[in-house]
Amino acid sequence: MGSLSSTSSRVPLWRDVRVLRWAFQLLVLAGVFAFIFWLYNNYQVNISKSQIQTDLTFLDNPASFTIPGNDFDQSQPVRDALVQGFLNTLRVAFVGILLATLLGTLVGIARLSGNFLLRAVATAYVEVVRNLPLLLLLTFMNLAVVLQAFPRIEDAWLPLDLFVISNRGLALPWFEGSGYILLGVIVVALLAMWLTVKIRNAQADKNGKPAYGLRIGALIAVVIIASGWLLLGFNWTLPFVEGRGTVGGLRLDPSFFALLVALVVYTSSHIAEIVRGSILAVPKGQGEAADAIALSSGQKMRLIILPQAFRVAMPALGNQYLNLIKNSSLGATISYFELTQVAQITVGNGSPAVPAFTLTLLVYLAISLVTSLVVNYFNRKLALVER
Amino acid sequence: MIIWLKRNMFRSVGDSIISVAVAALSGWVIWQLLQFIFITGRWEIIQVNLKLLLVGRFPEELMWMLGASILALSFWIGAVASSSKRDLNNRTSLIKTGFGLLSRFGLIIALGAIIIALAGTLDAVLLGIGTVAAIALGRLVGLARRKIAVLAKIPWLVWQILLVALPLVMIIQTLLVSDLSEWGGFLINVYIAILSIALAFPLGVFLALGRRSSLPIVRLVCTSYIELVRGAPLFVLLLLAGVALEFFIPSEIAPGAIFRAVTVFTMFTAAYLAEIIRGGLQSISKGQTEAGKALGLSTVKIIFLITLPQALRNVIPAQIGQFISLFKDTTLAGAALSMLELLKIGEAITKQDDYLGQGLVYESLGFVALLFWVGSYVMSRESQRLERKLGVGIR
Repeated sequence: MGSLSSTSSRVPLWRDVRVLRWAFQLLVLAGVFAFIFWLYNNYQVNISKSQIQTDLTFLDNPASFTIPGNDFDQSQPVRDALVQGFLNTLRVAFVGILLATLLGTLVGIARLSGNFLLRAVATAYVEVVRNLPLLLLLTFMNLAVVLQAFPRIEDAWLPLDLFVISNRGLALPWFEGSGYILLGVIVVALLAMWLTVKIRNAQADKNGKPAYGLRIGALIAVVIIASGWLLLGFNWTLPFVEGRGTVGGLRLDPSFFALLVALVVYTSSHIAEIVRGSILAVPKGQGEAADAIALSSGQKMRLIILPQAFRVAMPALGNQYLNLIKNSSLGATISYFELTQVAQITVGNGSPAVPAFTLTLLVYLAISLVTSLVVNYFNRKLALVER
Repeated sequence: MIIWLKRNMFRSVGDSIISVAVAALSGWVIWQLLQFIFITGRWEIIQVNLKLLLVGRFPEELMWMLGASILALSFWIGAVASSSKRDLNNRTSLIKTGFGLLSRFGLIIALGAIIIALAGTLDAVLLGIGTVAAIALGRLVGLARRKIAVLAKIPWLVWQILLVALPLVMIIQTLLVSDLSEWGGFLINVYIAILSIALAFPLGVFLALGRRSSLPIVRLVCTSYIELVRGAPLFVLLLLAGVALEFFIPSEIAPGAIFRAVTVFTMFTAAYLAEIIRGGLQSISKGQTEAGKALGLSTVKIIFLITLPQALRNVIPAQIGQFISLFKDTTLAGAALSMLELLKIGEAITKQDDYLGQGLVYESLGFVALLFWVGSYVMSRESQRLERKLGVGIR
């Protein structure tokens, strides 16, 4: 009974859980601060020894290098070069995400196809690509494909006379004239299409007749683009070889092309696995129900299975998008002028390394944050509404 | 056969078109590949540079130590594989076992055979035979423990330590006598990957525990570390370490490329491992912790004896996946820190005087790809096997 009386007395300080919890946390905090201070102190000591500047004034110095495929001038400040690099990162990341999602979804569906051959090829693709380093794919695309397998510009490949493929890059047919007006027309057309789909679907919900929202919407969009084309006089140009370069069309730098293909191939193999897993996660009854109401296999996939699969896949897809954006920094190894390459060159030209690379890291962090916000937004929109 | 074809390839007109198109395309690709491998490929560039690709500028006179380390490792693998406590009565036929081993390690064996054939020296053949013999010897030792009563009395942990001592001593000895900066090629990729994962694992466990902790400050510190590192590209971190690591540590330590690479890979992998382990911890039901509390265990004991072991088991495939991606990412050290790892050397040998401008990129990158592919593929296969064996998600 002696133990009972001891519980009624006050717990000593060193046995009190509340005190221990705070003491432990303060200890951790002190440790972290001490570590950071140690790093900072080392930094200060070493910097003062080697007399390197530590502030961001280097951003105003002239860049003294040019960026291919861009009218960037060497006398412009480093700041502008970094902005151009940032835009190039966004460019390759945006196109890469679109293409990788498309290819990955197709391969993921093909991995579950009833066609033995298609399934085998898709599986081989995924298993081969997934187990290779991205940098290896990139080096291969750059050295072996673009710089070696592609012909010189003099005897460039001209498939259908629409494209020009050479080791100086790719050229595709493209629209001519003011890009912004064209972009505006396309945006208006897409808006009209979206509105049509919404209205038609709402009507269909009321009167029970088939909506055909997408078809009518697409028709309207085509009409708007076509009339805009005729009225505002857009044109498109075909690329052709002139001298040691191409004229007309849209020119893709060889390094851009190599980076884009490597990123798309690598990421699509991961996305394919995600899509496959998500399709398998859709309950079997859904597919059977689609069969029972006699949907075609294409309709079944498009209307029943994929929308539900993407709900499952969204968080994992978002991770892959983030990976793709971060992996685009490997463009620096093949001289694609994205953010990392620009930062690396300015550091090579005498900008202080720590501020320059820290700034680069912060920009990537910001891109990651924005991307994950967007992904989370779509994830919430797609998520099953539960009680 | 015809029925199978009909069901699996020619169900409809569209299906038939796809089948024919895919067959034509894949047939063409396979034909080109075979032609390249057996006819047009000029593999002498690999033969000449084989040592450079595999171990870099590792000193010739110390090569026997590497060979001995490989033999010791093989012995250890054989011993560990066969001394696990499994049901002795459940014996399968020899042919079936052999077939199983072939399907599991056939790729590795084939790769070894290719390398021996490329090397074409007596030493390489002897090393190959020795490896097989060492594995067999290891299996015998493992079998002896199960059969001979005296050996079986040795406690499990002591037995494991005894077994691992030999390869560990061999490897540490090799590290001590050779200059680490002379290591290169595939050896350095493997070395960096293993060292980084060994260092990152405990850090990752503590970060995961910290992120799930009920102590707000600890949680904040761990979460911000994990999120900051996960938002940064590995390549930029490596570049930063390449030019700036020396500013953050006392100037007495002069960091070499390997030191920089291992630091960054450890920091980076720890953050990703922490997220994986956190997922594992979340999969453990609350009842486990409560049961531990009911038994009067302390928090530390509950974590390390009850929740953590189960959590780690649940996420084995993801952890091995992280290890595989670390293994693949070691190629970045070559690009960012000019370290002479496999990919860098594969690129460099095509620029040697003898081969410059002859377009042998396919051969060298093909060989590099083969090594990485076999390594990653076998690891991912084994992790799936382990997952099935442990019955994750079934039990």
